Amino acid sequence: MPSQYVIHLAVMILFFAYLGAAWNILGGYAGQFSFGHAAFFGLGAYTSTLLHIHYGVSPWIGMALGGLAGVLLGLGSGFLSFRYGLRGPYFALVMLAFAEMLRLLFETWMSRSYPLGLPIPLKGTSLLDFQFRDKGHYFYIILVMLIAVTWLCHRLARSRVGAYWMAIRDNEEAAQALGIDAFAYKLLAMAISAFLTALGGTFYAQYFLTLEVNELFGVQISVEILLSAIIGGAGTVFGPLVGAVALQLLSEVTRVYVRAFSGFDLMVYGGVLILVIIFLPQGLLEGMRRPYRAMARALST
Amino acid sequence: MLILQALLSGLLNGGIYSLVAVGLTLIFGVMRIINFAHGSLMMLGMYVSYWLFVLWGVDPYLALIASGSVLFAVGVLIEAVLVSPVLEAPEHDQLLLTLGISLVIENLALFLWKADPRTVTVPYLAVAPMVGGIMISSPRVIAFVVSLALTAVLYVFLKRTDLGKAIRAVSQDREGALTVGINMRRIYALAFGIGCACVGVAGGLVVPFYAVDPYVGGVFVITAFVVVVLGGMGNFGGALLAALIVGLAESVAAVFIPAAMKQVVMYTIFVVVLLFRPQGLFGARRA
Amino acid sequence: MALLELAGVSRSFGGVRAVNALSFAVPEGEIVGLIGPNGSGKTTVFNLISGVFLPNQGTLTFAGASLIGRKPHEICRLGIGRTFQIVQPFNSLTVLENVRVGAFRTIGDPDRAAHEADAVLRLVGLSHKREALPPSLTIADRKRLELARALATRPRLLLLDEVMAGLRPAETLEMLELARRIHASGVTLLVIEHVMRAVMSLSHRILVLHHGEKLAEGTPQEVSRDPEVIRAYLGEEYRPA
Repeated sequence: MPSQYVIHLAVMILFFAYLGAAWNILGGYAGQFSFGHAAFFGLGAYTSTLLHIHYGVSPWIGMALGGLAGVLLGLGSGFLSFRYGLRGPYFALVMLAFAEMLRLLFETWMSRSYPLGLPIPLKGTSLLDFQFRDKGHYFYIILVMLIAVTWLCHRLARSRVGAYWMAIRDNEEAAQALGIDAFAYKLLAMAISAFLTALGGTFYAQYFLTLEVNELFGVQISVEILLSAIIGGAGTVFGPLVGAVALQLLSEVTRVYVRAFSGFDLMVYGGVLILVIIFLPQGLLEGMRRPYRAMARALST
Repeated sequence: MLILQALLSGLLNGGIYSLVAVGLTLIFGVMRIINFAHGSLMMLGMYVSYWLFVLWGVDPYLALIASGSVLFAVGVLIEAVLVSPVLEAPEHDQLLLTLGISLVIENLALFLWKADPRTVTVPYLAVAPMVGGIMISSPRVIAFVVSLALTAVLYVFLKRTDLGKAIRAVSQDREGALTVGINMRRIYALAFGIGCACVGVAGGLVVPFYAVDPYVGGVFVITAFVVVVLGGMGNFGGALLAALIVGLAESVAAVFIPAAMKQVVMYTIFVVVLLFRPQGLFGARRA
Repeated sequence: MALLELAGVSRSFGGVRAVNALSFAVPEGEIVGLIGPNGSGKTTVFNLISGVFLPNQGTLTFAGASLIGRKPHEICRLGIGRTFQIVQPFNSLTVLENVRVGAFRTIGDPDRAAHEADAVLRLVGLSHKREALPPSLTIADRKRLELARALATRPRLLLLDEVMAGLRPAETLEMLELARRIHASGVTLLVIEHVMRAVMSLSHRILVLHHGEKLAEGTPQEVSRDPEVIRAYLGEEYRPA
């Protein structure tokens, strides 16, 4: 029986792989880099938690409703951004601004309505209430979520939708000339990505059973969401998983060997991000494939 | 009277914003790079000034020379080692790179100097003269004057000197600049260095009245982004004017709305301008 | 009735008239060449037809339906395909995947779309490069890819923007041959071309643009004898030795 520590580490790896995969649909496949996925994440967490506290709605149902709230937010922010032709870094920054606006609004709201923090009722272990004493249950839940999203990505990547997203990513003008409604397909990517990210928010809320506005809506979570996808390989099915494994293990190792201080893992992430962008802009997965391909070529000639 | 006080402090803040934003807009104009690390670099400038004062008692205004030069050097170094390899990469890679740089700088600062806010008390600046019932904070006035003076110097440098003209040529027409034999590598390094020096000096200027901590840059960088977008990305004069407008609007708004909402207003301006007037308030609409 | 019809179409940019009161028709089954000096408005005409720009005045109709106000992707779905003067491949997709994006317009199933894309690649002679990435292709092959991708959307009318520019003589001949084959398969062509001999031999009719206006229209023979055309345009290239 693995220790709770190992299980926690595994949960975190799968969790960030899941979030990275959710981001990857919009950022990797459709090529629209969002720096503000915290908006969907936080919205999902607060939707299910507030519904649970006030109306006794099971967090499972709250999760779905949070996902829908994410879709609405995604469609709203996507409509504005794409309708007015925001691309590249401008889109990234506008998404960041949306997330920050939400963070400030929730901060004001929460400090007024719940000055002592959100009173999440603790039920011990209760399937209906999405609460478990044993972290192992969370492991299986996030594993299923990750498998589902990976399967979805795999299916989408091979379908017409995926091909259209990649065409838009590579060259929007040419994509439109081939009959692709770029605006609609970008909105679709946004909606799916936002939905899945919001589900991740509920998982996070149920796993830690405390909600802190700055953690849920902050720039840091936006960055961590995109990091595993970018580092592993944006626009690939398994990139987010590879990235999450690499990042979480790296941050654990450094936490053990270096005197811990808050923010150290972020510094490491920053360093890895810089190295990957400069040396392996396609991500670790592609970096691992490259020597393999070179070998295959060498063997075949 | 409250409004008058707000107008004054808004105008003074606007001066600082102009120096921060001018650095950001210069880097964008020349290299087409949105420098996400701009705020972290300002924080670095603040710490340079802070430590010179605390360790050796260097006058903060003398320390400006140090914070400006240190940040210039840091900028040139960052450009040469990290930015130049990705100049031809997709735009979002460049944004991610500067994000990585800011993560490293911020958390390194956290490691070295801890999260506590640190303040500098300069005895001769403590007196705040009252003029007609309005309190005039002398470090803010000095910051305002120096910022505007430096912005003006930079403007003249870009307009009049050969080097400045070369920088402008690159920002207006890359290919054209290449054909007339301008050394791009040098111009890029210079632009990045100057942009960082601006923010280094700005950091030094605010130290006498603004507590420094590893995350302080975030406060300024958002404002700087709003200013740059409002003034038109890469538009030097626009940034100056927009800085004053933002400074004024922000302090006047603070009289009426809570502080958290003030930032929401800031972000709203940012989003609205990017969506509806991406060329800024003063630019002509592109065809 | 003509397949494509422009009537009194004008478009200006910042006070400059790029296209002025232009009227012409492309009958179904023809190859029409659009020629004119640099800056005469040829590519603007393509961009007006394909919905990139809105005209300030005039009407554009395709198979009886107005094109005004339709977005580029809607115009493609009506049956107008186009290539770009500067090729615009999807650089991270293989040649086959590039063409499959076009095939997906009419075929939803990925495998059948790939099958269709393969057929188009055979037609344009790019089958041997199906797994290559566009940046590794020669100019001629990139132009073929551009054409194949547009063709895979199964257009009734194909707008070709300088697909022969920058090609070597042998490649130009191959491209000419390819254009004829595409035409023979039932696609109407509107062709912008700078390579004069090629466009003259390919087109049934030629339209000469000058400063955004129609200078002349007729068979290649008529146009090449038109004194105005010779003065304004052909004269520069066909100056008697």
